[in-house]
Amino acid sequence: MALDDRKSQFLYVGTTPDRPDGLDKVTGRAKFGADAYAPGMLHGAILRSPHAHARIKRIDTSRAEALKDVKAIVTRADFADVPFAPGLEGEFWNVLENVMAGDTALYDGHAIAAVAATSALAARDALKLIDVRYEELPHVTDVDEAMKEGAPVIREGAADYSVPEGMHPNVVRYHESGHGDVEAGFAEADLVIEDHFVTEATHQGYIEPHACLATLGGDGKGELWCCTQGHWIVQKTCAALLGIETSQLRVTASEIGGGFGGKTTVFIEPVALALSRKANRPVKIVMSRNEVFRATGPTASASMDVKIGMKKDGTITAAEGVFRLQGGAFPGAPGDMTAMCAFAPYNLTNVRQVGYDVMTNRPKQAAYRAPGSPMAAFATESVIDELCKQLGLDPIEVRLKNASHEGTKASYGPRFERIGLVETLEAAKAHPHYSAPLKPGQGRGISCGFWFNHGGETSVSLSLSEDGTVQLAVGTPDIGGSRASMALMAAEVLGVPYENIRVTIADTATLGYNDVSHGSRVTYASGLATIKAAEDAVQRLCARAAAKWGIPEDAVKWENGCAVPSGPNAGEFDPLPLAEITATMGQTGGPISGHYEATPEGAGVSFATHIVDAEVDRETGKTKVVRYTVVQDAGKAIHPTYVEGQFQGGAAQGIGWALNEEYIYNDSGRLENPLFLDYRIPVASDLPMIDTVIVEVPNPGHPYGVRGVGETSICPPLAAIANAVSAAAEVRMRRLPMSPPRVLSALKSDG
Amino acid sequence: MQFHSPATFVEAAALAAEAQGVTRFLAGGTDVLVQLRSDMVTPDTLIDIKKIGGVRDIKLNDDGSWTLGVAVSGAEMNEHGPLRAAWPGLCEAMDLIGSTQIQGRATLAGNLCNGSPAADSVPAMVAACVTATITGPQGERTVAVESIPTGPGLTSLEKGELISALHIPARGENAGDAYLRFIPRTEMDIAVVGAAVNLRLDGDTITEARVALGAVAPTVRLVPEAAEALIGSTLDDGALEKLVAACSAACSPIDDKRGTIAFRTEVAGVMAKRAARIAYARAKGETIEGHHG
Repeated sequence: MALDDRKSQFLYVGTTPDRPDGLDKVTGRAKFGADAYAPGMLHGAILRSPHAHARIKRIDTSRAEALKDVKAIVTRADFADVPFAPGLEGEFWNVLENVMAGDTALYDGHAIAAVAATSALAARDALKLIDVRYEELPHVTDVDEAMKEGAPVIREGAADYSVPEGMHPNVVRYHESGHGDVEAGFAEADLVIEDHFVTEATHQGYIEPHACLATLGGDGKGELWCCTQGHWIVQKTCAALLGIETSQLRVTASEIGGGFGGKTTVFIEPVALALSRKANRPVKIVMSRNEVFRATGPTASASMDVKIGMKKDGTITAAEGVFRLQGGAFPGAPGDMTAMCAFAPYNLTNVRQVGYDVMTNRPKQAAYRAPGSPMAAFATESVIDELCKQLGLDPIEVRLKNASHEGTKASYGPRFERIGLVETLEAAKAHPHYSAPLKPGQGRGISCGFWFNHGGETSVSLSLSEDGTVQLAVGTPDIGGSRASMALMAAEVLGVPYENIRVTIADTATLGYNDVSHGSRVTYASGLATIKAAEDAVQRLCARAAAKWGIPEDAVKWENGCAVPSGPNAGEFDPLPLAEITATMGQTGGPISGHYEATPEGAGVSFATHIVDAEVDRETGKTKVVRYTVVQDAGKAIHPTYVEGQFQGGAAQGIGWALNEEYIYNDSGRLENPLFLDYRIPVASDLPMIDTVIVEVPNPGHPYGVRGVGETSICPPLAAIANAVSAAAEVRMRRLPMSPPRVLSALKSDG
Repeated sequence: MQFHSPATFVEAAALAAEAQGVTRFLAGGTDVLVQLRSDMVTPDTLIDIKKIGGVRDIKLNDDGSWTLGVAVSGAEMNEHGPLRAAWPGLCEAMDLIGSTQIQGRATLAGNLCNGSPAADSVPAMVAACVTATITGPQGERTVAVESIPTGPGLTSLEKGELISALHIPARGENAGDAYLRFIPRTEMDIAVVGAAVNLRLDGDTITEARVALGAVAPTVRLVPEAAEALIGSTLDDGALEKLVAACSAACSPIDDKRGTIAFRTEVAGVMAKRAARIAYARAKGETIEGHHG
């Protein structure tokens, strides 16, 4: 799409009406995953491995089956009734293995068997009667340990072609990229700093646990209601795992109480379908928080080495990083993306990055807002901060000096189109926060962050009602106020009020395929498709007006919600409002709709700069974030307050990740803190007010200039907070989370 | 599961004495129901004691002491002006537990009998010399609260025994108490270390003191050496230093997901020092709200 095609004056876009789903959510009318019921419904429950790594020698379900309340039990071994499809390959095999263990339990919490019973309590109690004989195997949960010679092998043969010879079998993917000559670059530097950084796995922490209601008959026809970020991928995956035809499974997405990337795959859905098929009754499964922590995807944990050379004037001469990510017992940790994001904010002559995807005895990692990028920024931006400190340079000036801009050859390969990093740095520099005095004991940190953003397969359908109101069907679950954004964009094209547009998340049977709501793609891709679908409808509206007026279609244009003659030569006709055209559309050619299907490619990368002030209690090691400012390029903010919400949400989750959230495994490989009491996400009083600055450098790939905003906001916080805490504590913090015991210990060792 | 709601403590004790298997008493239920729903403890007998007369009463006795019913919630304590004015540290300790919803249910007796070494109200009760009336098959007896928890999840109560009332001493003149806990967050958390200080002054000099620590040993610990460090001092730096040393010396914590041995041992002294300053200011009549964390 060409730049000059883009609209820059807006009537509806950029306003901030209430979200259409707001009232439902505050009154309890909204239906979430666990809010669905069906006649004859059974309740499912899943038996989970208490071991980190164990051969499953035998599963005896006879005592549980003898209970009258128990209607079905499934395991992987139970092929008599084919609960799951045999012979799957690739990622489908990985997903099946994750939702129901094969011959080996691969992590604490791995599903072993499942029961459907007449009540949730009966199902829970039935699990206790399933006897499983395990043979415990050696386990490993740490990424560095898992790469060492002699480490327990999670699964032979899981590595692909990318892994160099001689690596441990737990290393399953390898990425290397860059350009220039890093050794020559380091030789030019006045100061080279190399350091090691570690982050722990964190969970997305969505408040709504996974929940679903499944019906599947012996005829291979099914219905599934579930809490997901993308129901077409659920449909495709479940159909494959159950061995049924994709179109015969209709999947409806419930309202979603948070996802953040973690609901882009399936966990309980195939199990509920398998139970339903076996019991011939609907089956509902609702995960407990314990199950969410133990068996759904946290992030990868990371061990990273970053080396950067700088001249006295702040010019970066070379950068090199090695990023080791563990993503649990399956391939998929974002070693590649971590490496690719690490140096993307900088215009570098010499850069090289290596990423490893490593398997351990932990749950299969899932996406969490900009997977890999926050950890990468933590390592890179900490080293840059230290270089600035030792060379006596201003951290924003140094970043401005080296910032990527339009035309920069990115560290990961392509050349950047129009991007807004410099603008975010300039806005941060000009913000009163950056020059505000600090109190004694406080420190300030800044960091940049980068995310690719994504387009993805998208279908949108828009239909007009005879009264002139509009129904918009999109296929991307609303995880951040996207229904409001879609309605605003449709209103902009159609020229009808925001309130007259009802946006529905259509199910898999009523709209074409849509990729999941991930990659910050919804406002970009579904937005683009909405605009195109609305334009498609406008074209049809204009055609009806042309027919009525007896003039050519191209002599009619659309203006302020009305068809009007395109110029003085077209003839003199009064503007024909949308509602007048739709009122008679049954007689003038039939229903008027608009459609658009595509895989938009111009998502437009996104950058942010965060400023953080932190205060450290030197007697206890406790950190408080006292001031926080997010500056981010949104391209064009369709609904500015929801854009701000995304900015603030990323910062809030980043504060949790930086300060207290972590997966804690004991020596037996069991998760020690599978509950919110000991897995400490921030509570409201832990957070400062989070200031936001929306920078708008339009994305050439979107008609209105939109760039996705959902993920970039979590890229800078780990580094910005670590830099602030390091400044306040006067000691470099190299390991997350910066929990009080770690900070106190750091204060003692270096202080 | 058998569910009972007796009308008297004697009846409750008799039911418990005859019950088989696991018995739990239900007052606020903020531990019992959580343990039940999370499949940790499913009692065979559940005895609801909220229907017993007087269990929601906060009574000021003629001698200035207080008698609290066993179902008085944290919210009721903290909304009771005179009680809060007399024992701000004890009330604040209770107020730190859980959310607003939990505050409406949680009780001092429940917090005590749950047997957690990290129970927030217990160090404050111990420092305040709170006693408990226990009703059992053999009748009633009154004991110091510190004698009730004997280890994580364990109490000295015999089969059939339950707490039927709590007694808080008269506050008296020139005295103050305070409780502080360390948590990594600002609220909705469990103590990594807790410290309660209760003291009395004569002029600027401390004449009586009790110091109790939570989450640093298998039970809440009364630390007489820490009290001795304060008695006779004006809370000068030397006394505080001795207090810190005595508190750290009294710790025998564990390394766990919530904190390390080294961290707990060090921060116990810090919390005690800060609590002592607040209690001292209160004893001098200065109004101070607890500074938590």
